[in-house]
Amino acid sequence: MKPPAFRYHAPTDLAEALDALAEVGHDGKVLAGGQSLIPMLNMRLAAPAHLVDINGLSELAYVRTDPGGVAVGALARHAEVEADEAAHAVVPLLRQGLRLVAHPVIRNRGTTVGSLAHADPSGEMTAVLALLGGSMTLARKGSTRTVAVEDFFVGPLEASIEEGELAVAAYFPRLPGRTGTEFVEIARRHGDYAMCGVAAAVTVDDDLRIVSARAAYLSLSPVPLVLDLTDALIGRTADTAVWQDAATLAAGSLEPEGDIHATAEYRAQLAGVLTVRALRTATERAALVDPNGTTGTTSTERSAR
Amino acid sequence: MTDTQIPTEQRLDIRLSVNGVPHTTTVTPRRLLSDCLRHDLGLTGTHVGCEHGVCGACTVRIDGKPMRACLMFAVSAQGHEITTVEGLAEPDGTMHPVQQAFRECHGLQCGFCTPGFLTVVSAFLEENPTPTEEEAREAVSGNLCRCTGYQNIVKSVLRAAEITEERKGCAHAEGDAR
Repeated sequence: MKPPAFRYHAPTDLAEALDALAEVGHDGKVLAGGQSLIPMLNMRLAAPAHLVDINGLSELAYVRTDPGGVAVGALARHAEVEADEAAHAVVPLLRQGLRLVAHPVIRNRGTTVGSLAHADPSGEMTAVLALLGGSMTLARKGSTRTVAVEDFFVGPLEASIEEGELAVAAYFPRLPGRTGTEFVEIARRHGDYAMCGVAAAVTVDDDLRIVSARAAYLSLSPVPLVLDLTDALIGRTADTAVWQDAATLAAGSLEPEGDIHATAEYRAQLAGVLTVRALRTATERAALVDPNGTTGTTSTERSAR
Repeated sequence: MTDTQIPTEQRLDIRLSVNGVPHTTTVTPRRLLSDCLRHDLGLTGTHVGCEHGVCGACTVRIDGKPMRACLMFAVSAQGHEITTVEGLAEPDGTMHPVQQAFRECHGLQCGFCTPGFLTVVSAFLEENPTPTEEEAREAVSGNLCRCTGYQNIVKSVLRAAEITEERKGCAHAEGDAR
């Protein structure tokens, strides 16, 4: 099907974009990569009166890495974030999650900030931002605010972006100490939305004993769900951990729902299996982290094209 | 009959560069790039399947990178170089290595999905000239084909890598002869 009619705005810088958004108010939608929005328009699930196309805002096409984390601008495509070596060195979970976002062709166009603003609880980047405790920068005409991830996701497809606001950047903080991460998921078909996905972060001490273990769950709750599973694994190493204990602990807090893709029981089963896989790999990776490593001192910026 | 007030839809004059050729046309903002290529510019090589980004038939290359033409508006494609399946062959008609490989390996049957595969694979081999079979499968994972069962498509990807290499060898040999 074809998209419904809308009024098109093509600002060439941030100030113009914020002016346009202030003017169109709640009738307006932001068009970045469009890999979620345009399907919704084509299927007539959305019919905004105005579209503000931010593809001309090359100032927002950046991936900036500092020792503390990675800032991703609103026009950085998934593929650019995924390929960024400096970002990968500081926040490896970014690439671990991005390689699971749809297909490479979609990642060439779709933006990381756009998929966060879309707030689909099946979107891998929502779990990444939640597990890392990241934040979003929202700008409106005359002011800018930063919203912590806990306050950003409000419900399925609902983020705390107000009328006239533009999500201009996301910040993915580096996890401190000897921390390893992993992102695994299971989908019906390669590249589809996952029936269940798990992102895990495990921190070990100098003797490689687990001091912290957390996991974020995809497609299991209206907003990304982060569980602290440390109690099941504390003091264990990758060799002595009883991973099933962590899966059992997680199961107590998960309330999956069934749909046409998977029953609730099957999702619960997947959550358990993926919790084990993600935690084990994250723990093994944690052991390889140099706690005194000095990564992420470089800054890379990319042009819009 | 009652008069119905039909609001005038915004129309924009756009300039697109497709396969190195500049085009100008007038579109509504909601004109999808896939429809603009086919209906406004007459380039019907780009096929339209699902129109929500799943099937991959409409894939074109934007500044070299494969993207879904059904998930882009024509207005957004201004200022970028668009390559469609029509732009893959040499000007003298010599097939692109990927096209030749799909022909040799029977990588197509009805041909509906083929333009999407050709554009995706041509870009993939520029990034990875010597893929493994697994990498070849991953590369075409975003494109649906209902005829072939994919076996011959994967063979075609690997064969296209060989042909590209062979042609480079020929070019070198010709260079040496001079």
